Amino acid sequence: MSTDTDTDRAALPTALAEIAEDFSSVPVRDRLELLLEFSDGLPDLPERYVGHPEKLEQVDECQSPLFLVVELDEAADGSVGDRRVHLFFQAPAEAPTTRGFAGILHEGLDGLTVPEVLAVPDDAPYRFGLAEAVSPLRLRGMVAMLSRIKRQVRLKSAA
Amino acid sequence: MALPIDDNPQFKEYAHPERLVSTQWLADHLGQDGLVVVESDEDVLLYDTGHIPGSVKVDWHNDLNDPLTRDYVDGARFAEVLGQRGIGRDTTVVIYGDKNNWWAAYALWVFSLFGHEDVRLLDGGRAKWIAEGRELTRDVPTATPVGYPVIERDDSVIRAFRDQVLAHLGQPLVDVRSPGEYSGELLHMPDYPQEGAVRGGHIPGAKSVPWARAAAEDGTFKNRADLEAIYLEEQGLKPTDDVVAYCRIGERSSHTWFVLTHLLGFEKVRNYDGSWTEWGNAVRVPVEK
Repeated sequence: MSTDTDTDRAALPTALAEIAEDFSSVPVRDRLELLLEFSDGLPDLPERYVGHPEKLEQVDECQSPLFLVVELDEAADGSVGDRRVHLFFQAPAEAPTTRGFAGILHEGLDGLTVPEVLAVPDDAPYRFGLAEAVSPLRLRGMVAMLSRIKRQVRLKSAA
Repeated sequence: MALPIDDNPQFKEYAHPERLVSTQWLADHLGQDGLVVVESDEDVLLYDTGHIPGSVKVDWHNDLNDPLTRDYVDGARFAEVLGQRGIGRDTTVVIYGDKNNWWAAYALWVFSLFGHEDVRLLDGGRAKWIAEGRELTRDVPTATPVGYPVIERDDSVIRAFRDQVLAHLGQPLVDVRSPGEYSGELLHMPDYPQEGAVRGGHIPGAKSVPWARAAAEDGTFKNRADLEAIYLEEQGLKPTDDVVAYCRIGERSSHTWFVLTHLLGFEKVRNYDGSWTEWGNAVRVPVEK
């Protein structure tokens, strides 16, 4: 089992690393615009979750109401390692920063396997150059989302 | 030169009606010389999704907080932030924002630390403007920078620090957080990341009056009689009391500071902006559950 320190030094999965590169390569002002694009691009909640808040988990650390749920595919060969993770978020249009964080995580993590998601370093939210653009305090919402995503994946893959 | 006061009859009953404008007043005065409209939200991106035409953004965290110390910007930086946005010392500033003007009230409170004389809130804030179908734009105005004097911030009148709150114990304190935060239960969720305080509960003797109770359903402030029913009759506060309000980091309590000071005419209200993130972590301060 790896220690926390080892986990923190781990590389980002490919899609997330590309997003981090996109953010880091533009000036701070443009990072806000990029984040707004992720906010606009966050997929709507699928029909089966609409109107069912009890099926979603609220991320209380976000200052706006943000709900998420994780689903795991059935593995082709029945092994946990093969199961792919799907992420679903609900956040109001009035919370574009929170939606933007969710959009990044969705684009960067959706479709990865269970071990890949669990290996995402806990400090990933700090690798987008967003602290300068939105302030470090606000990033705690994204840290909390990632933490709850991994927690749900851990629970559901163990079941 | 200051713009005229909104003579909306609903405002007349408040102690300081000159601190509020209605959406109609703002629509009527948009674009006039001497007026700058400021949007200040909890969410740093909300302005960029669409704002009142001509308004400029002031971000509570990136513009009003010092990036290093846990304090507000100094006079030089404040002058820069306002001057860049075309705000002079005698400009009439109308601030509006999301969440019942929670952050707008916070910005107004910080402007007040610098003694900016004519600063008003848009009653009902961003939500009411939108609900009325009024215009929003994504166009960011190019403000003509003006000179804003370097003013030394005065923290002595409307701001309280931890030691002052310790000395204040036994006198009126208002905790404006949610009931779960007040009772301390919200810090005890197993397996979840914590909010940053090692102790839950409240400052001894503080009364629990969640800040949003001062707002009506449409985000405007409740009328004076309803506000008096909460703060004077139910909580037993008196306008001559020395009152300290606090929340988690000082933003929600700015809203209550505004209500007590400008709407109900309390004479001495201070916002303890260190609030629970400081108190709940400070060594040897008393906590009540």
